[in-house]
Amino acid sequence: MAVTLDFIIQAFQMVLVLALAPLLTGLVRKLKTRLQRRQGPSIIQPYRDLIRLARKEVVLAETASWLFRATPYLVFATTWVAAALVPTFATGLIFSWSADLIAIIAFLATARFFLALAGMDVGTSFGGIGSSREVMIASLAEPAMIMIVFTLALVAGSTQLSIVAEVFATSGVGLRVSLGLALLALIMVAIAENGRIPIDNPATHLELTMVHEAMVLEYSGRHLALIELAASLKLLLYISLIGCLFLPWRLAPAGAGIEAMAIALGIYLVKLAVGGTLLALFETVIAKMRVFRVPDFLGAGLMLGLLATLLLFVTRSL
Amino acid sequence: MTILLLSVVGLLVLGLVSIPAGHSPRMSAIVYGLSAAITAVLLAHALAHLVSGSGPVSQTMPLGLPWIGVHFRLDALSALFLAIVAAGGLAASVYGIGYGRHEESPGRVLPFFPAFLAGMVLVVLADDAFTFLVSWEFMSLASWALVMAHHREADNARSGYVYLIMAAFGTFCLLLAFGLLAGAQGSYAFSAMRGEALTPVTAGLVLALALVGAGSKAGLVPLHVWLPLAHPAAPSHVSALMSGVMTKVAIYAFIRIIFDLAGPIEWWWSVPLLVVGACTAVLGVLYATMQEDMKRVLAYSTIENIGMIFVGLGLALAFAANGFAAAAALAMTAALFHAINHSLFKSLLFFGAGAVLRATGERRMDALGGLIHRMPRTGIVFLVGCVAISALPPLNGFASEWLMLQAILQSPDLPEWVLKLSIPAVGAMLALATALAAACFVRIYGIVFLGRPRTAEAAAAREVDGYALTAMFALGGLCLAAGVLPGFVIDGLAPVVSGLVGARMPTQAGMEWLSIMPVAESRSSYNGLLGFLFIVFSASMAAFVIHRFASRAIRRAPAWDCGFPDPRPAAQYGASSFAQPIRRVFAAAIGAKETVDMPLPGDLRPARFSSVIRDRVWDLLYQPVVTGVAAAADRLNRFQFLTIRRYLSLVFVVLVGLLMVLALWQ
Repeated sequence: MAVTLDFIIQAFQMVLVLALAPLLTGLVRKLKTRLQRRQGPSIIQPYRDLIRLARKEVVLAETASWLFRATPYLVFATTWVAAALVPTFATGLIFSWSADLIAIIAFLATARFFLALAGMDVGTSFGGIGSSREVMIASLAEPAMIMIVFTLALVAGSTQLSIVAEVFATSGVGLRVSLGLALLALIMVAIAENGRIPIDNPATHLELTMVHEAMVLEYSGRHLALIELAASLKLLLYISLIGCLFLPWRLAPAGAGIEAMAIALGIYLVKLAVGGTLLALFETVIAKMRVFRVPDFLGAGLMLGLLATLLLFVTRSL
Repeated sequence: MTILLLSVVGLLVLGLVSIPAGHSPRMSAIVYGLSAAITAVLLAHALAHLVSGSGPVSQTMPLGLPWIGVHFRLDALSALFLAIVAAGGLAASVYGIGYGRHEESPGRVLPFFPAFLAGMVLVVLADDAFTFLVSWEFMSLASWALVMAHHREADNARSGYVYLIMAAFGTFCLLLAFGLLAGAQGSYAFSAMRGEALTPVTAGLVLALALVGAGSKAGLVPLHVWLPLAHPAAPSHVSALMSGVMTKVAIYAFIRIIFDLAGPIEWWWSVPLLVVGACTAVLGVLYATMQEDMKRVLAYSTIENIGMIFVGLGLALAFAANGFAAAAALAMTAALFHAINHSLFKSLLFFGAGAVLRATGERRMDALGGLIHRMPRTGIVFLVGCVAISALPPLNGFASEWLMLQAILQSPDLPEWVLKLSIPAVGAMLALATALAAACFVRIYGIVFLGRPRTAEAAAAREVDGYALTAMFALGGLCLAAGVLPGFVIDGLAPVVSGLVGARMPTQAGMEWLSIMPVAESRSSYNGLLGFLFIVFSASMAAFVIHRFASRAIRRAPAWDCGFPDPRPAAQYGASSFAQPIRRVFAAAIGAKETVDMPLPGDLRPARFSSVIRDRVWDLLYQPVVTGVAAAADRLNRFQFLTIRRYLSLVFVVLVGLLMVLALWQ
């Protein structure tokens, strides 16, 4: 019985992240337009876009190979699996032990690997520019993320995300310098990984400033829908990650009652809304950087992560 | 043991026989077929020894130096590396059956191929310094002959020359290391060396000599300069053996000397290993990302992986010296697992590069493109290799990378401050190298296999033969198997690891759902199998739902490219342009320089862009030596053209000088 319930919670979470991801994207877009004193599309516009795209026929470039057609499914699947393993409202999910935080990051890296390949598949110059910049950004963001994982794991004694969240929620970890640095680094990495301003602009169609959009320029129809959905999922994943690690209050542990679950779910929704609002605010007040300023930004993230880890190597109490 | 030695004799005889008979294509197939059969026997024997967990087997034969004899021994460590050698040799032999048919000078490849294999097998079996060094040198020379197989091609002669000098230098260092290990009695058998007590200074010297001797063969920075020259110059299946297998033999030599023969280990030994390993990993992958020759990319990436393995060994040393047995076992398992993985995917990738070379006659990435359409099977299996080497789940590269990161997480408890402060930085460099490896392999796959063909040769490529595909798919299958079921590999490594550091990782076979777990008290776990199944399941479900309920219509049209598609293939991103962002970011580390020559308005000259990358290590370390030797040779050249009178007076002066020395000595 308990196992069935665990399965149901895990399945519910998988559906939940999938259902909420476009809403989060819609919320961020709506808030940004309001902050710019524009009306903007409705908050549920991303759902409509996805359905419309999914129904359209795919216009496939003549030079595209099977890899180009398989990539959207693979990118969506890996991102979804990764997103489903991050505790949203409940910890101790039934499959949480199958992938720790390092593996979750590596799943996202797999998704990016294939997306960068797809960008090169058609053989256009824009695809190439997007892929080459994306791998450059990733090659700095990933080590920064690993350093953050080291920091969290050294504090919590495990790389298992569920356990880290539980430790942070229940025992008095307290305010620590290392965790503060890690949070800062994590926000920087999250911005870069999701291609938000100031690293990349998700709304741009000015060719030379695009990174992610240039990579997926040749996609259309259902393929594009899947890639957009994966991008929304990734944004949700990072906000959930920051939420469950640094604001772990009221996460429902394994075997909690329905009531606790409902409260945790409500709090999770609030966390998402706050995260989305902050992102929209941040993106409104800041300007995009030049591509070759990005390494400075991410290098700072890497150094913060390294410093946080180093502090914990020096003493476990920092 | 007898079977093993008979197999080695078989390989040697095979090499001899193929000298007169090596010119017909049919003979080449027979030679490769026979060497495949012999390596299969060796592989079966090595695996049986590993799995059965039986004790060491030794054999002494009255050959070699009369007062020593020749000692052979098969223990868990040599069985593991014998399995790596035999598996790589088997794959290369099967690949060679098809590939060797097109060899333009089979007489220069066939005799040396089995001899090279025999040399590597003898190195891992040797149980005294004399046998070891003779086999080591035999292996080096056989591989040198294979590097020189296509000696008429530009640059190959220089590659062979640099390789020969570096190999001789490496052997020289190992000779001195064994000399120190042998102690005052001069006992050359390994069993006697184990009992020899070393002073700290001697032990430090042994470490330095082993690091230089084995490291030069493995490709540690700054001793790596020969590797990217020599490995690509050989025929592709030999490149695979050199990169995938011979570097592992060098790792074996290092492990054997330091963990087995040198006696009790000191914690500070780990510091040079960690520093050199981390620098090797980062520099290797950075140079790999900059290369424009496919095989040279792979060769530089070998340097990166060797760096990672040495970091693992360094961690194992640090933990073992401080008595952290479980963590030492974890780090050692990670290093050995990565050695196995690297031998699998690097052989696979070199085979793929050979297939491309065979199909198009090109190794330059900028002359290729779009091969996924013309060579679909090679395209799939090469992709598997690229994903595996980029340490992405669910393949095997990630499993060993994960263990390595878990080992780093065990290290804050180490008491030494040097280690405390350096290991986080080493971890960051390891993560950086891994992330850059993904960039490097996106680049090689994207430019060679994806996009549009850049030359007529690439457009007319044909899929390679069945033998080559069999070898590649077998290795690809092993990469997947080791990735989704890493627990079995870890358990298989247990006897080797416990022989080296005195402990083993927790038994993984009993874990639920075949997960793996680094140390007993850690609550971390990773499950490649479930991850793989989840991804396959969600991807196929997404495909099903969308095709069933939304749309499955598809229309082929010209590429969009923002409305201005350029039909010329040169408009695509190429090898150099793809690397440009990374080249600019890491320009200082790799000595990259870009110059733009933009003519003034009205000037009709074309604008020019040039980018140069210089290997700083070569400029700083080797160039002075080369210049010095050349200058000395010039000076000494004068002595060749003296009159007989001057020669006689020279002889007289030298004689008097020597007598003076002798007189002063007493």
